[in-house]
Amino acid sequence: MYRRWLWPALALPGVVWLVLLFIVPFYAVLGVAFGTVDPILFQPVPIWNPLEWNVGWINEVLGRLAPGGIWWDVEVRTLAYVLISLALCLLIGYPVAYYTARHAGRWKGVVLILIILPLWISYMMRMLAWVNLLQTDGWVNDFLTTTHVLSQPRDWLGGSASTVILALVYGYIPYLILPLFAALDRIDRSHLEAARDLGASRWYAFRKVTLPLSTTGILGGAVLITLPMFGDYYTPNIVSGSPKTSLIGNQIDLYFHGGPQPTIGAALTIVLAAFLTILMLYYLRSIHRAQREGATTGAL
Amino acid sequence: MAVAESRARPRPARGRSSTLTRLRGWFRNPWGKPRFLVVFTWAYIVWSIVPVLIAVLFSFNATRSRTVWDSFSTRWYWGDPVDSVFHDPTLRHSLLQSFKLAGADVLIAVPIGVLLAIGLARWRGRGAGTSNFIMLFPLVTPEIVMGVSLLLVFSHIFTFVHTGTLAQILGHVTFSISFVVVIVRGRLFSIGSQYEEAAADLGASPFVALTRVLLPLLTPAIVASAAVVFAISADDFVISQWLSSGGPTDTVPIQIYAATRAAPLPSVNAIATIMMVSTLLIVTAGFLVWRLFTRGEHRAGRPAEDFGGAFNIT
Repeated sequence: MYRRWLWPALALPGVVWLVLLFIVPFYAVLGVAFGTVDPILFQPVPIWNPLEWNVGWINEVLGRLAPGGIWWDVEVRTLAYVLISLALCLLIGYPVAYYTARHAGRWKGVVLILIILPLWISYMMRMLAWVNLLQTDGWVNDFLTTTHVLSQPRDWLGGSASTVILALVYGYIPYLILPLFAALDRIDRSHLEAARDLGASRWYAFRKVTLPLSTTGILGGAVLITLPMFGDYYTPNIVSGSPKTSLIGNQIDLYFHGGPQPTIGAALTIVLAAFLTILMLYYLRSIHRAQREGATTGAL
Repeated sequence: MAVAESRARPRPARGRSSTLTRLRGWFRNPWGKPRFLVVFTWAYIVWSIVPVLIAVLFSFNATRSRTVWDSFSTRWYWGDPVDSVFHDPTLRHSLLQSFKLAGADVLIAVPIGVLLAIGLARWRGRGAGTSNFIMLFPLVTPEIVMGVSLLLVFSHIFTFVHTGTLAQILGHVTFSISFVVVIVRGRLFSIGSQYEEAAADLGASPFVALTRVLLPLLTPAIVASAAVVFAISADDFVISQWLSSGGPTDTVPIQIYAATRAAPLPSVNAIATIMMVSTLLIVTAGFLVWRLFTRGEHRAGRPAEDFGGAFNIT
């Protein structure tokens, strides 16, 4: 008899926890973003009834994000940094995952552990490591000046876009390699043998068999690192700290931790979350499609 | 590709002379596959790990410099009477706070997550789909969105929770539950339901089957998820920062963040090293327990992947 309620009862504490501390908090952001501000204390006054919501703040944020608005540059920069970092992560990560899955042989276990290792090292520790190396009198400048690549030490940490992109790639790439590896490792080798037996060149077999079959891994890994990168503010703060490399996440951080208007910050959070949800839905659709195509390829 | 070829001509026997031949071959044709991949992968591994090792090295530097090596010393751990991790109250408190949050997170998130995973895997009714869906969201929500929403919920709805340790623990548990569910669910799929069915056929009630059969079988996943939760809690910066009330509630990552933006001493490297070593020890212990328990199972050859699979939520 109690078979019927045993399972939901086990799930209950977790579901209640996530509703209270994940769903309700999100509603709190909506309430503040669509709320008003106390004219005297400048404190946000949330409005909980969706019928009375005030869209003024969202409009204000959208205006700032529109071309010509004060956040336009930040928005374009965020997109550019994220896309460049993502491309670099894929360019570096795919060969590494491919080698580990296909050719590492008896080294596979060791290589896999070494690739997973950075996931267990604190993100801040890894950023600190690069801050040490990139100091004006640090090892990177030492190396580049002794090899005469640079005539004098360069200020890497004073607002350089390349440093921020390096830091983003360094920080997020381990999270991409793992799903890529899993997808590549799952591919049945007989598909490749079949392609090669039927006369496909190595490159052609890679393009027509391996690459399509690893699409789920590429998309999954890409989304897994892109979503947090869009909300990143600490990486540019640590390795640059300059307004020249400020991202959308930094604007949210500023409006809560520095500025007097959390309402604007909440409205920007809502806009960012909406954008990322669209990205997420697109990903789910692509996964669905890739799985269908993968099934057809698998039936070759 | 390579498989087809290795079948056609058998590999030469491994040995000193063949290593030499291979090296000569690499020299002649460094771009042939997979030689390029070998070099590329090892270069990646060096690039991803060596900077951290250099940071660890400088935590043992005898001078205040983090760029010029002087000589080995434990000054920044306990030797220095003012600025060492042991004597600087700010650093000491942050270390304690990090361990406190990670410990509380493990104690709360693991039981809730294990029960949620079992419930979701076996529950076939109204609400199961929705709950499964909700569970996935904390994994993909950017931390800043989660930080903003938790800060606002504690300042406008659950006003009895103030920023500080309690709020930080609540936040950490919220993002940890999903990781536990993913790890435990993977294990539930791989053991299937035949053991419980056998127990039921022998007359065990669902509750007895759960406590006597399923939970023991889940031990490796429970241990692994405890290690993973400890690691992600100790590593977390965003949620801890948004819900910190400053002072002694700042964790180690917050101290590293604050210090790198000012003028850091090697004591920051030292505290980061302590945190890193503790996390790696706990994760290694979790990994060994996992391996011990799953030895002899058909997937036992790939424990590293299963274990690291915590981050592979796709």
